[in-house]
Amino acid sequence: MLNDADRIFTNIYGWGDTGLKGAKARGDWDKTAKLLALGHDEIVERMKASGLRGRGGAGFPTGLKWSFMPKEVKDRPHYLVVNADESEPGTCKDRDIIRHEPHKLLEGCVVAGFAMRAHVAYIYIRGEFVNETRRLQAAIDEAYDAGLLGKNAVGSGWAFDIYLHRGAGAYICGEETALLESLEGRKGQPRLKPPFPAGVGLFGCPTTVNNVESIAVAPTILRRGADWFAGLGKENNTGTKLFCISGHVNNPCNVEEEMGIPLRELLEKHAGGVRGGWANLLAVIPGGSSTPLMPIDVCADITMDFDALRDAGTGLGTAGVIVMDKSTDVVQAIARLSYFYKHESCGQCTPCREGTGWMWRMMERLVSGEAESHEIDTLEQVTRQIEGHTICALGDAAAWPIQGLIKHFRPEIERRIAARHSIDAVNAAE
Amino acid sequence: MSIESRIASNQPKSFKFSKENEAKIKRVIAKYPKGRQASAVMPLLDLAQRQHDNWIPMKAIELIASKLEMAEIRVLEVATFYTMFNLKPVGQFFLQACTTTPCWLRGSDEMMRAIKDRYNISSGEISACGRFSLLEVECLGACVNAPILQVNDDFYEDLDYQTTIELLESLESGAPLPVGSVLGRSGSEATEGATTLASIKSKKAAARAAKKRSSANAK
Ligand SMILES: Cc1cc2nc3c(=O)[nH]c(=O)nc-3n(C[C@H](O)[C@H](O)[C@H](O)COP(=O)(O)O)c2cc1C
Ligand code: SF4
Ligand code: FES
Repeated sequence: MLNDADRIFTNIYGWGDTGLKGAKARGDWDKTAKLLALGHDEIVERMKASGLRGRGGAGFPTGLKWSFMPKEVKDRPHYLVVNADESEPGTCKDRDIIRHEPHKLLEGCVVAGFAMRAHVAYIYIRGEFVNETRRLQAAIDEAYDAGLLGKNAVGSGWAFDIYLHRGAGAYICGEETALLESLEGRKGQPRLKPPFPAGVGLFGCPTTVNNVESIAVAPTILRRGADWFAGLGKENNTGTKLFCISGHVNNPCNVEEEMGIPLRELLEKHAGGVRGGWANLLAVIPGGSSTPLMPIDVCADITMDFDALRDAGTGLGTAGVIVMDKSTDVVQAIARLSYFYKHESCGQCTPCREGTGWMWRMMERLVSGEAESHEIDTLEQVTRQIEGHTICALGDAAAWPIQGLIKHFRPEIERRIAARHSIDAVNAAE
Repeated sequence: MSIESRIASNQPKSFKFSKENEAKIKRVIAKYPKGRQASAVMPLLDLAQRQHDNWIPMKAIELIASKLEMAEIRVLEVATFYTMFNLKPVGQFFLQACTTTPCWLRGSDEMMRAIKDRYNISSGEISACGRFSLLEVECLGACVNAPILQVNDDFYEDLDYQTTIELLESLESGAPLPVGSVLGRSGSEATEGATTLASIKSKKAAARAAKKRSSANAK
């Protein structure tokens, strides 16, 4: 288990003062100007060396992403955009950073913004987080008053402003280009890539979009050293990570742990174990709703990191761990996710708009057992036709949970269909 | 849902922002670069909604369009795309119940049943008394504290049938329960006490949290 001394988020449960004074006492904003004195490119190099991979779901190396920003500011200003849309079912870590560790995020914005030669950061926060927005705005106001933001941020001579922008209920705005559209005052519909945001992003300017957690850990990484961060976790999967453990565990919780912690250890040490004991486990969705579920035999010795989970046919995603015990109607659990994706499709591309609705209706037929066996294959084929054929990854995200269900729980689906048929046969005979 | 059914048929004849909101609008627009005032459309819609009993009349859409030099249809398009904008009246207590899988696994059906038992309403409806509206919503980003019921701006967490009823009663009587976890969790620490950060937690805070928890359990 990770030592408290190696935890970055020491106030994640909100026990201490969340204001500036408390944050400083915990080490935030400690000689931030010295970090900036490293220079733009050196900060990026050190972030690369730390091995940090984006915490928003895709796991793209953070330092490398920052290095895509132009090395010189020409006629167009650079922007940092922080993704605080947090809407992937199973995920609730950014909320806790915002409400309990807001200054880590703000300091991270200064460091990351400076590294990519931006003078402005926009934080796009989901609209439902009203109280969280108030906390964050209060922290921003405090930081301005203390001279940590503004014309001469942290006394470094670098001007830096942070603005909050609230969303208004649309999961798709978590997709980075939809987020930029929304920030520009339009419907949140993803853009075709290329061009990528680092070339043409917010207001047509070079932009980097990062998740809240990716940004909030940056100052600590620079302060304690890339080696320290890289020394935790596993190769290519370094550092610590906030895990959100929900569903059928005895004590659902968020916890910061080392990357690569075995799933079973994570659940048993921190979440009080699976309800009814390990043998009562049915399946786990490891990384938020879009990652395919794993049945108990895979769960038994899987470790929680990008590479191990990818090799197991699923993903670390946002590290939103959703646990289901044997009492779960697993077909219904996935059907409910299909409904979610249908509800959240922005409607821009046909495979996703039509496909998510079709898949959901088909899933409902599987729940009730009304479908025919051969329709399982049809459904599987449809998921393959959607996957990879849409503008953004929402199409994939809708397809993957169903693929996981069919792969691991086909007998259960068949059983229902058979049961339904026998009921129908009895009714017909009467 | 068709556009017609989302927009109130009974519309006020005029809409004006309050003086305070006019001042706020200036500050909001200043957050965005010159010529990019359209970025302020969502914040302005939100201000209009808050000023006007939690729903946005068409006159406000027109006003926002003219303020931001946008075509009205662009503003309406934004107002209908995002689920949080109400274009017709809702109750004084707008209940948004999350039923997505993580909440469902932790008993959102029970939470919904409590609401239904008390007001006999389904998603999209207003109670007979007119004070409560219900909307079934997707993941609210608080799954570890599931199930979640959002009441206007506030999240109520860790609900079950009984505590949902207690919450509704408290709203009716004008003395709402404290916002957050009904189990007294300060955040998303484990329900039976956190497994980490004990070495960092101050003694005072520990005592405070323990007290909060035991009083919550006693209830
Ligand atoms: C449909 C969809 C929803 C997404 N939602 C979020 C989200 O809520 N928060 C987030 O940080 N990233 C989300 N992402 C990922 C972002 O597009 C982007 O990859 C991420 O913000 C990059 O940050 P990172 O490099 O720090 O991980 C979503 C992606 C898709 C396709
Ligand atoms: S994949 Fe779906 S959500 Fe993404 S752009 Fe296409 S229609 Fe919109
Ligand atoms: S599923 Fe209800 S808050 Fe996430």
